[in-house]
Amino acid sequence: MGQSIWSSMQQKGYSRREFMQFCAAAATVAGFGQAGVAQVASAFEKKEKPAVIWMHFQECTCCSESFIRASHPIVVDALLDVLDLNYTETLMAASGFQAEKSLTDTITKNKGKYIVLVEGAVPTADGGVYCMIGGKTAESILQTVAKDAAAVVAWGSCASNGCVQAAKPNPTGATPIYKLVDKPVINVPGCPPIADVMMGVVTHLLVLGQVPALDSQGRPKEFYGRRVHDTCYRRPNYDAGLFVESWDDENARKGYCLYKMGCKGPVTYNACSVVKWNEGTSYPIQSGHGCIGCSEAGFWDNGPFYQHLASFPGFGIESTADTVGTVVGVATLAGVAAHAVVTNIRKRGVIAEVHAEDQKES
Amino acid sequence: MPMSTPVVATGNATPVPNGQPVEYRRIYVWEMPVRVYHWINAVALVALCVTGYMIGAPIRMFYAAEAYQQYWFGWVRFIHFTAAFIYVFNFLARLYWGFVGNKYSSWAAFFPLKRSQRQEIVDVIKADVFEVKMHGPISTGHNALAGFIYFGTFLAFVFQTITGFALYSSMSNSWLPRMFNWIVPLLGGDFGVRFWHHLFLWFFVTFIIVHIYLAFYHDYIEGRGTVSSIIGGWKFDRVEKRGK
Ligand code: HEM
Ligand code: SF4
Ligand code: SF4
Repeated sequence: MGQSIWSSMQQKGYSRREFMQFCAAAATVAGFGQAGVAQVASAFEKKEKPAVIWMHFQECTCCSESFIRASHPIVVDALLDVLDLNYTETLMAASGFQAEKSLTDTITKNKGKYIVLVEGAVPTADGGVYCMIGGKTAESILQTVAKDAAAVVAWGSCASNGCVQAAKPNPTGATPIYKLVDKPVINVPGCPPIADVMMGVVTHLLVLGQVPALDSQGRPKEFYGRRVHDTCYRRPNYDAGLFVESWDDENARKGYCLYKMGCKGPVTYNACSVVKWNEGTSYPIQSGHGCIGCSEAGFWDNGPFYQHLASFPGFGIESTADTVGTVVGVATLAGVAAHAVVTNIRKRGVIAEVHAEDQKES
Repeated sequence: MPMSTPVVATGNATPVPNGQPVEYRRIYVWEMPVRVYHWINAVALVALCVTGYMIGAPIRMFYAAEAYQQYWFGWVRFIHFTAAFIYVFNFLARLYWGFVGNKYSSWAAFFPLKRSQRQEIVDVIKADVFEVKMHGPISTGHNALAGFIYFGTFLAFVFQTITGFALYSSMSNSWLPRMFNWIVPLLGGDFGVRFWHHLFLWFFVTFIIVHIYLAFYHDYIEGRGTVSSIIGGWKFDRVEKRGK
């Protein structure tokens, strides 16, 4: 411990040039811009590199998979090389008791200084038996690890909002991290989150040693401040009312807006249309498929994916609020019409009644 | 028709066109601000429902042009947002009038706080739903049932305003929409907000149908200018000549 990132890079044989490249990439990814390079370099030279614990609970490892595909490989390599990634089930060499020891050592030696990255939701039903590591429940491990952490990051939708295992009926009681730990959690939702966004968040933590600005749902504003829809290159088609009507029509070929095909871009906060995926190659909408809202809480339950609004609960898969509304509206019209008919049948009687009353009074 | 020849409806005879002459008093019920509120609200609400529906299910049109040549969906949304602002401020003005206006427009008319109001609710249900007891002393202003239903409608207005502005906050930096952000996590994200906002459209559609019908129906059974009162402001009350 006690080493800076730069000195540990030197030990691993990185050149000063590579170090500067790394700093430049890190500054860009974290959104500091060119002016930030010097700041990043100085932080990496002087600051002690923080210990990192990466927990895996109820998840599919797509977040880890995404992370190692960041578009600046040097950042990933360097981070994985130089971070004290003391515990991560998927990438560490140690196993069994050795691994457990490494975890407890990290916690005791770095009290209040280490960073916890959590991938996966935590099952709370039936005493937490649905996810246990080394005989302990995920929840108890999380509590131990999070207690003395400097920062807790929830990787992906599982940790941020429960994702697929929290989808109805949520048999394991899968719960997002922020509901379980009593310190601020940085939510980085997405299924998976964009690699470069993950890099950006980690770099921000490392360089500035503080939590980035978060929105009301605990997501870094930098990356989750705008909707996919606001930065989508198909947006002019949306405003012009040019929509794809079916997957294989002429409009799809022309690249019109996918709104009517159920695109969830208008209700999804993510950086997909700006940062894109796989080294900036493309993102779902660019590849012709609508956004499914993977970074929004409950997106599995807001389906079907190819429908603008969710099905109406209790009325079958195909019925939207509009179907139900139309039925109610038509029923009302019918009721009103029937009422009008009855009124007119009774018309004579009513008039007679009124006259009878007039008679009485005058 | 000469007053001396009243024709009275008897048991099996056909009712005749005129009963006894009865005196009516003219009462100024809906003051100008209330009438203006009503019609601005009506126009804005219809605009909101139509444009809102189109936002949810855009119709197919003008597919010949390129995107830069047209902006129709943008205009639909623009009308929705403009109507929304008009509708909200108009509504606020009406709330204010509920405290300074005449007794018919007072906030108290919307809650069945008095016994007589609760009795009237029963009477009106008898008249409207079962079509028995077709007339009798129904309030000159809002009848108690109508008043209470309008209160429910006001709550729906409020809900629609909150969810609408919460949706709007993602496309605006101004403080007004941002004040309603808090609803987003409560409804499970923007998607949930949109879902509920959309669903309430149908409440308004149903309300409009029933409201217009009942206005005509009461105009008919009460026979004292229910429909015209929201245009001119006057209703007519039977003058009790004898007794009481
Ligand atoms: C009370 C009358 C209103 C009705 C019936 C109504 C109806 C609707 C409907 C049906 C939608 C489409 C939802 C969807 O399926 O995507 C919508 C969207 C919307 N409404 Fe309203 N609305 C009303 C009032 C308001 C108000 C007061 C506001 C406040 C600004 C508002 C703001 C919005 C916004 C921002 C959207 C989303 C537009 C978009 O997709 O860009 N609405 N409304
Ligand atoms: S494709 Fe989706 S995100 Fe893009 S403009 Fe259309 S609705 Fe918005
Ligand atoms: S476009 Fe939407 S569904 Fe696709 S990755 Fe981005 S946020 Fe997830």
